Amino acid sequence: MTALHRKLLRTLWQIRGQTLAIGLVLGCGIAIYIMAVGTLNSLVAARDTYYDQSRFGEVFAHLKRAPEALLPRLTAISGVKATESRIVGDVLLDLPGVAEPARGKVVSVPASGAPLLNAVTIREGRNLRPDHPDEVVVSEAFAQAHRFQPGDHLAADINGHLRPLIIVGIGLSPEYVYAIDPGSLLPDNRRFGVLWMGRKALAGAYDLDGAFNDLCLTLAPGADIATVMDEVDRLLAPYAGVGAYGRRDQLSHALLSGEIDQLKVLSRMVPPAFLGIAAFLLYVAATRLIEIEREQIGLLKACGYGDGAIAGHYLALVAAMVAVGTILGLGGGYWLGEAITAIYRQFYRFPFLVFRPEAATVAVALGCAVVTGLIAAIVAVRRTAGLPPAVAMQPAPPAAYRALPACIINRLTEPGRIVLRNLWRWPLRSALTLLGFALAVADVIASLFAYDSIERMIDLDFFHAQRQGLIITFSDLRPWHVVDEVARLPGAKAVEPFRSVAVRLAAGPRIVRTNVTGLAPEGTLRRLVDPKMKPMAMPDQGLMVSTRLADALAVTVGDQIIVQALEGRRMTRPVTVAGIAEEYMGKTAYMSLPRLNRLLGDGEVVNGAYLLDDPQRLPELYARLKKAPIIAGVALKAAALQSFRQTIAQSMGIMLTFYIGFGAVIAFGVAYNSARIGLSERSRDLASLRVLGFSRIEVSYVFLGELTLLMLAAIPLGWLMGYGWAWAIASGFKNDLFTIPLVVAPATYGWAAVILIAAVTLCGLIIRRKIDRLDLVAVLKTRE
Amino acid sequence: MRSSVGDGNRVFAARGLTKVYATGSVLVEALRGVDLDLFAGELVLLLGPSGSGKSTLLNILGGLDRPTAGEVRFRDHDLTQLDDAALTAFRRDHIGFVFQFYNLIPSLTAEENVALVSEIAPRPMPPTEALALVGLAERRHHFPSQLSGGEQQRVAVARAIAKRPEILLCDEPTGALDSRTGIVVLAAIEAANRELGTTTVVITHNAAIAAMGDRVVRFHDGRVADVATNPSRRPAAELIW
Repeated sequence: MTALHRKLLRTLWQIRGQTLAIGLVLGCGIAIYIMAVGTLNSLVAARDTYYDQSRFGEVFAHLKRAPEALLPRLTAISGVKATESRIVGDVLLDLPGVAEPARGKVVSVPASGAPLLNAVTIREGRNLRPDHPDEVVVSEAFAQAHRFQPGDHLAADINGHLRPLIIVGIGLSPEYVYAIDPGSLLPDNRRFGVLWMGRKALAGAYDLDGAFNDLCLTLAPGADIATVMDEVDRLLAPYAGVGAYGRRDQLSHALLSGEIDQLKVLSRMVPPAFLGIAAFLLYVAATRLIEIEREQIGLLKACGYGDGAIAGHYLALVAAMVAVGTILGLGGGYWLGEAITAIYRQFYRFPFLVFRPEAATVAVALGCAVVTGLIAAIVAVRRTAGLPPAVAMQPAPPAAYRALPACIINRLTEPGRIVLRNLWRWPLRSALTLLGFALAVADVIASLFAYDSIERMIDLDFFHAQRQGLIITFSDLRPWHVVDEVARLPGAKAVEPFRSVAVRLAAGPRIVRTNVTGLAPEGTLRRLVDPKMKPMAMPDQGLMVSTRLADALAVTVGDQIIVQALEGRRMTRPVTVAGIAEEYMGKTAYMSLPRLNRLLGDGEVVNGAYLLDDPQRLPELYARLKKAPIIAGVALKAAALQSFRQTIAQSMGIMLTFYIGFGAVIAFGVAYNSARIGLSERSRDLASLRVLGFSRIEVSYVFLGELTLLMLAAIPLGWLMGYGWAWAIASGFKNDLFTIPLVVAPATYGWAAVILIAAVTLCGLIIRRKIDRLDLVAVLKTRE
Repeated sequence: MRSSVGDGNRVFAARGLTKVYATGSVLVEALRGVDLDLFAGELVLLLGPSGSGKSTLLNILGGLDRPTAGEVRFRDHDLTQLDDAALTAFRRDHIGFVFQFYNLIPSLTAEENVALVSEIAPRPMPPTEALALVGLAERRHHFPSQLSGGEQQRVAVARAIAKRPEILLCDEPTGALDSRTGIVVLAAIEAANRELGTTTVVITHNAAIAAMGDRVVRFHDGRVADVATNPSRRPAAELIW
């Protein structure tokens, strides 16, 4: 080991605090990049592999009843590769120990046990046996929520008949990667499950012997999906087909894709910013550290060391910092990626979902770190190594201070003048520190605002728009007076009917497949609200559309939309847009219920009701609902809200905590490096002040005053940048399912400032101790 | 008298050297046309008040800096014509420096500071031997912060002579030291000159030191005011100030 190597090691040990601070920031940047991009890649890889292996359908259609003999004609459609007919139904589940009714989806499995499409992967237990009609395979998430094991029993109300079932296996399907009750946005595994049963058993239960009510198919390469869907619709129309839809509209796939889109936005917007911040800090710190070594560089040159050897020495110094950051970043990135993937495993049920970032991802992260380090070292060494050794070895000449306006200077005491002149003397350095602080504030805002937005979504959706306690769906269209029966249920304080109809809406070339919900004209349980959350009256004529639907169709009030019902008589009618209601989730249209029924040429019918319950009598109400034959499903607002909050807390918690922690690390890293290097540069000046009789507090004030001033200036700048960043994220997040409203609560601004102030204060306290320990005698003995 | 030695023994020849520094908006003329010859094996003292141009001349002779005008030859080489890489090689192969403020690397021990130079020199002596020459063999594992000022300066001398340089350039080597410590350092420099035959230039503003040299060059205001030859050198140990 040469003397130069020893110097390198000792210098590194000496500046270990800074090395660690820089390493931490760089590590966070790398970690977040690896986590976000790695998770995204892993999720996409798991999805694609699973879809492929399990032969996930590409077109889906539901209908009332069609003879099996129709299947060959469907298979013969040009562009179709394979078809599978099934029986699918909604059931109410009676679960041991669960008071409220749960919903289930039953899906038939052919007698062979192996569906052609949408293969069910058995995770535990075994597959169904033919001729055992009471056997059932349940979805994994649902089984886990209830701790079901093969051999356990449950009962399902299938088509009005309560049926005892035995669980023989626990399975997964590509159709239910994200198993969710239609109508909710987040999964509630306690209250929704998928049950796979034998075809024969379900055919018996639904009276569909030799017939089917659900179809899925895959496409041949190059097939045009729209043409195929039109042909399927044409063939299924006589059998009350509800309209074919592609994967894009398949619920699980749409939600999974939504999540992947979000991750894409996240991995495009956040990690590069963090990696950039880290790179920037590394650059600032490295250049200043090397500048401090100016005299030693001069000496090395005087002794005959060449520029190459000197540059190599300092490159190695920066490389060590990069190495610390890389190790922390790789370790942290893998750990976080595993943690996030584990959370994804709770929501997205794949047979295999492992966090395995691509080599390219790791290479990009490391490349950024290495390139930044290189640039920083080269710039800094060039600046210093460019000096003739005789000049470099002398202490840098006293900095040329510029005069500040007298009106400012005259109002300050001497220490105050020193603070201000120093900031002014190094405008770039001050600006970079300011920018670092502002980025920390912005980062916290860009992370925390997610909670504000979600609170706003909850407030609008769960409190201003939905004021019912339960949504009850009937198993079929029912006459309006059924609502009176519902109103007589125990604990029902108010009841309003609704009707939801699957439709295809067209405005010019734009087509959206969604639902039109007919609401009671004078209803108060389910309201539409404007952006200020004021209730909007339901007009007698015309269609109310949600903001997102209006966007998707590019329509505004007064425009005409062609509504094509996908059920019943499949009427097609033009309707005028009467208003736009603020909604962040889904793309729904609303109409007055009587108007909707008239439009579709039906009588006074409904298919569900909103119910305001008396919480005291809830158990009684649940007991009655479980036994009511006409009820296909019950959605509980309180449960939905609780599960929504829980899911958000789980899925966003780790990531946001990390982002906020990163904000604190940036603030501390910038402050610590800036202060620590500043102290090296100016310890002589500060010691001189102490010799001249300044107290420790006054000297600390002179030194830390700069940092404090920059910190205070950074807060409003950070707020502004944070708002911009939040805006970019919110606009990037507009996907098929929901929009994130841009809301930044005052408390979020407050927290961002508090985190910066706390980090800088902590750093100030550490530096203060070093200022207190300045060696006053040494300053008198050595040069100048 | 060494100045009478023929041209064959001339190591440095400076002719018409000028050096102008720009400090901020002020131009400082550090050298205003200096002519000077230095001969092999002699010990020359550069004497003068601060700001008289001594250090500037030393830096130019040592290849640390370039003159604004004029010529300086080291044997057959014109130093003003050398590029940075050649100047670096020149310093590495021929020159040993001792500075007023020692300029030791604080993170290296005494021995390692010496090794820093001996590792890149063509025919160095072992660092311990160089330290022994300045009487610091015992203290070789100490860091600069653990050494007194005089000891640090002796480490600097050891570092300069470890490469067996042809030329030893010392800029105010005792400037930061008390007289007793200063004499110990001067004795070490004298020993290097005597025992290794190193051509040695010592800058000082302390006239009492002048007696230890073969010649004394007085500087004033960027010019050589006069050159005096000592009839005999007084040993450093006998100096008093």
